[in-house]
Amino acid sequence: MATAFGSQFSALRGRRRERWSDLSPMRKREAKFGFLFIAPWFIGVLLFALFPFVASFVLSFTKYNIVAPPRWVGAEHYEHIFTDDPLFLKSLRNTAVYVGGSVAIRIVLGFALALLLNTKVRFLGLWRTLFYVPSVVPIVALSIVWLYVLNARAGLLNWFLGFFGISRIRWFADPDFAMLAFLIMSTTWVGVTMVIFLAGLQGIPEEYYDAAKIDGANMVQRLWRVTIPLMTPTIYLNVLINIIGAFQVFTQVFIMTGGAPRDATRTYVLHLFDHAFQYLPPQMGYSSALAWILFMIIFAFTAVIVASSQRWVFYQGGEE
Amino acid sequence: MSAIATQSANLRSDALTRATRIIGRILLYGILIFMSLWFIAPLFWMFMSSFMPLEQVGVFPVEWIPRVWQPENYTDALKFWKFGTTFRNTMIITIFSLVGDIGSCTLVAYGFARFRFPFRDTLFLILLATLMLPFAVRLIPVYAAYDAIGWIDTFYPLIVPNFFGNAFYIFICRQFFLGIPQDLLDAAKIDGASEFRIFTQVMIPLAKPAIVVIAILSFQNSWNDFLGPLIYLKDPDLHTLAIGLYKFTSLPGQGGIYNQQMAASVMMVLPVLIVFFMFQKQFIQGANLSGMKG
Repeated sequence: MATAFGSQFSALRGRRRERWSDLSPMRKREAKFGFLFIAPWFIGVLLFALFPFVASFVLSFTKYNIVAPPRWVGAEHYEHIFTDDPLFLKSLRNTAVYVGGSVAIRIVLGFALALLLNTKVRFLGLWRTLFYVPSVVPIVALSIVWLYVLNARAGLLNWFLGFFGISRIRWFADPDFAMLAFLIMSTTWVGVTMVIFLAGLQGIPEEYYDAAKIDGANMVQRLWRVTIPLMTPTIYLNVLINIIGAFQVFTQVFIMTGGAPRDATRTYVLHLFDHAFQYLPPQMGYSSALAWILFMIIFAFTAVIVASSQRWVFYQGGEE
Repeated sequence: MSAIATQSANLRSDALTRATRIIGRILLYGILIFMSLWFIAPLFWMFMSSFMPLEQVGVFPVEWIPRVWQPENYTDALKFWKFGTTFRNTMIITIFSLVGDIGSCTLVAYGFARFRFPFRDTLFLILLATLMLPFAVRLIPVYAAYDAIGWIDTFYPLIVPNFFGNAFYIFICRQFFLGIPQDLLDAAKIDGASEFRIFTQVMIPLAKPAIVVIAILSFQNSWNDFLGPLIYLKDPDLHTLAIGLYKFTSLPGQGGIYNQQMAASVMMVLPVLIVFFMFQKQFIQGANLSGMKG
């Protein structure tokens, strides 16, 4: 998809715009059918993307509680967020921890596991299935199960850590460990990233490795000079997707802790959700302002990653 | 003399490489087994503890096999949780969403793949860009709009948007359509088939593999959705499995009944696992498509 995005951009560049009046009757007919076929999506994008995108920006300058019409308050919410909402910074910091930690876990562990499975291992399908299964489990059920995995008194994780002489950790009672608990839980979805990486690794032609071997490259050199450069498009896209997803972490936190202890697991979207749907009266305007700040942050991250990609993402010559 | 020396040296290095290879393999399988246990243990424990007596669930060190098998955990859980109602609601939402997703996404994908029209590439770029729009930004205006037209406490907010296409599914399907040879379409056109007949009778049957992937992703999406039903469905009779399960575990006084909670979780997970094992290949394909193709 990264390549699709790139090729879509380049397809746009340097192309003569076709004028409707220049089109032949045949082409006009074709274009009409084209518009007809994409019409559902086009209407959808206006209704479910453009409208809410613009509306939430407007709402962020109002006080709005659903029942009464919105009342204009200017930049008041933004002022409040930046100067008088300690939970804004706190939730942003918690979210940053989650983004950094979970993306690193998914990329590094996912890549490592894919490398292991790409060594002509026996029962490949079995391992892949075992690693992938947890990520198809509905998140509500997963959260309930992990509440007990992370149970301080009798949980599986403390039992496991006991073998290494680590005494019981009170995961969700101790602000220092609560976010770490969610990071450990995020290993659940490593299988998805691994499957994607594995497919990428399997696509690397054997000849490249043979050539590297003839040139005397050892295993580490082959990894750094052949495998990783060829995998950068996949790594790039996965970093992007996972960062966007991780910034919006919500469901497991909502179910498992609700932000406790002492807001140590209050994530950004949880904070935003509480303002819109938990507090009375609902503060939809304030929540919209929070949402727009989140959008700007995600947009900035995306832009930086996309811009940096030219330096480190390597596309094989000739491929679009 | 020297020949024998090199030979024995060769033998020694042979033995050495063989030894490192064996150690490497042991290490490799060791790690794989460890990671499998890491991924599977929570699910295995969920299943096992759903049959345990309550006093066994909380023991430390952890026990894995029920001392007494107690299937009544399931029937007890059902007393507090209207499984039938939530199951039916989830099925309704899932099936209608599935129909909507498949119908709209194949149509739109075909439009992008097979017709030339002004602004096509710009529009497709917009489609890809919407994938990056965080749901949090859309949440409030969409909710307010549904509230204004009286759709809160109906299934419409969870079903209707799926009839307007999903950017990611459209992308998958378009890639697939692009791979179908143009000759087939030209042949159909020469035979005088209309655009819609070509679409329904030539393209759709050919696109079956892509449609199965979309169907699975759509099923997973609706079945697992939590936030949507949480804000749109307040009436307990409309709750989905996800919300039912969540409410069951957060009922006052139910907090400690771990074995029943696990039984309830198993009931929600089982259908997904069955579908997963039936269509494993397509699940993996779906994950792959999301990550790399293009």
